[in-house]
Amino acid sequence: MPVGRRVDNEELEAIARRLRKHIVEATTKAASGHPSTSLSMVEILTVLYFGGVLRYDPQNPDDPDRDRFILSKGHGAPALYAVLAEAGYFPVDDLLTLRALGSPLEGHPNMCRLPGVEASTGSLGQGYSIGIGHALAAKLDGRDYRVYVMVGDGESEQGQVWEAAMYAGNHALDNLTLIIDRNGNQQTGRVDEIQPLDPLDEKLQAFGLAGRTIDGHSLEEVQDAFDWARSMAGGAQVIVANTIKGKGVALLEAGQDKWHGKPIPADDEAAALAEIGATP
Amino acid sequence: MSFGLTRLDLPEGAATREAFGETLAELGADNDRIVVVDGDVNNSTFTNHFMARYPDRFFNVGIAESNMVGIAAGLAACGKIPVAASFSTFLLSNAFDQIRMSIAFPNQNVKLVGTHAGISIGEDGPSQMAIEDVALACSLPGFAVVVPADGPSAAAATRTMIDHVGPVFLRCGRPKVPVVYPAGPDFHLGKANTLRDGGDVTLIANGIMVAMALDAAETLADEGVAARVIDMHTVKPIDVEAIERAANETRGLVVAEEHLAYGGLGATVAMVVAERKPTRLAFVNIGDTYATSGKPDELLVQYGLTPAAVADAARRVLKD
Repeated sequence: MPVGRRVDNEELEAIARRLRKHIVEATTKAASGHPSTSLSMVEILTVLYFGGVLRYDPQNPDDPDRDRFILSKGHGAPALYAVLAEAGYFPVDDLLTLRALGSPLEGHPNMCRLPGVEASTGSLGQGYSIGIGHALAAKLDGRDYRVYVMVGDGESEQGQVWEAAMYAGNHALDNLTLIIDRNGNQQTGRVDEIQPLDPLDEKLQAFGLAGRTIDGHSLEEVQDAFDWARSMAGGAQVIVANTIKGKGVALLEAGQDKWHGKPIPADDEAAALAEIGATP
Repeated sequence: MSFGLTRLDLPEGAATREAFGETLAELGADNDRIVVVDGDVNNSTFTNHFMARYPDRFFNVGIAESNMVGIAAGLAACGKIPVAASFSTFLLSNAFDQIRMSIAFPNQNVKLVGTHAGISIGEDGPSQMAIEDVALACSLPGFAVVVPADGPSAAAATRTMIDHVGPVFLRCGRPKVPVVYPAGPDFHLGKANTLRDGGDVTLIANGIMVAMALDAAETLADEGVAARVIDMHTVKPIDVEAIERAANETRGLVVAEEHLAYGGLGATVAMVVAERKPTRLAFVNIGDTYATSGKPDELLVQYGLTPAAVADAARRVLKD
């Protein structure tokens, strides 16, 4: 039976810094990818994999009792790869093969090529439905694993997300937690200007999901939210995590609506890594 | 329905959707990995038989095909054998990207069953008629695509589909259809069945066109033409050997299907012939158009899906 890994708060902060470093280095080396959308998810992934939330075993990635994390916003792959490497699914050095021919670290996650990847994603809107399938299978098989699915706020413009929310909210899937990485921006601009989602919390709760809104960069709030989700019996939950696109790198934070899908230029990499403060 | 048959007196049997639904319910008894995901059409697809016997393994997700396909993919990832059944056009056309991304790309062991395929659904009209579904399914790497001719074939195809590891699209129709295999077919995925031998011309068909091809072969026999009839129930992987043999041993091929001209059985056979053994070809299909409402038999005549049309195509092939 896989178990969760719990490190102390100081180590959580160090891991978060390392994830940021990996994200920047891998995408800059690949000269492509989505660092800004990856950086907004860092604290959530850190707590999931190292805050005692997700029960997993990198030596046995297909253990039927493992908890699942499904990254529906597949363009956040650099963050997923970074946390999987830190968790021990594959060597950290492999992160620098991101997007290269022959590397299983493809531009978007491919579950057939990389252990720890639970779903092949990248066409937006599909991960939550897949997560429902996993959650239903747990009920059928009498297993107590939990399923966590992360979608973006821009991704929430997809109708399938709401089809899935309707189903999850109506079917007592207490083993299913949706996380919305609400970084406020999509490819060409601000979500608020393109397709405003508010009142997002109320909409989700109207679909039958138990909801909580947090600061997605506060390790403490993220930890509390997952503790709350796991304590909720009887229904599916949603955590709306308010985040900042490009969090931790001033260049990206200063132009959140301008850096979608753009790596940090090589000339700016050293400054970005210095701000992140990760030790090698 | 007569399906335009004038020479053969084939007994009317179950609709292919009906045979699928009944067989699936039987299979559920011994295989608890089978689960069904429904888009609220279980009394049309006949998965209601499965629902009645195994309610815990039956999920009606409502009228939401995208979500339905995604849920099936998640269930498959956990070792289930999900059967996602709906009207073929709603499944393949509405949820195509989900099928591509959540099933085909990660090669998930999901069985898609599309019923009410083709124009033989009749009065409900073109919005409900899947006429491009075979092309869509064939375009997906790793998918097997099966179009059974009659009830016994659909039953056999259902069993084969469950045993096969990998994604499958099974195409079923609405109307009751003539029985082509009274004793049941010898059914193997990717292996065509030769129903009648002949050395002059070959009639390759699937679905409801198989009975029509057999009927056309009788008419051609009266004219001194010996037609071979092949039930090409599996469009993908196609039986290359059967096609190559027919191209070598007869003077040309007719390919008949209840589908658009593009991307279905005809196009697939043409690819094989072009590469292996160029020969004369003629096609019987819906062409490049949507149909209309009407009685099923009327529509089959209107859109040229008749034994007479198959025989005419054979005469064209043999003309020079």
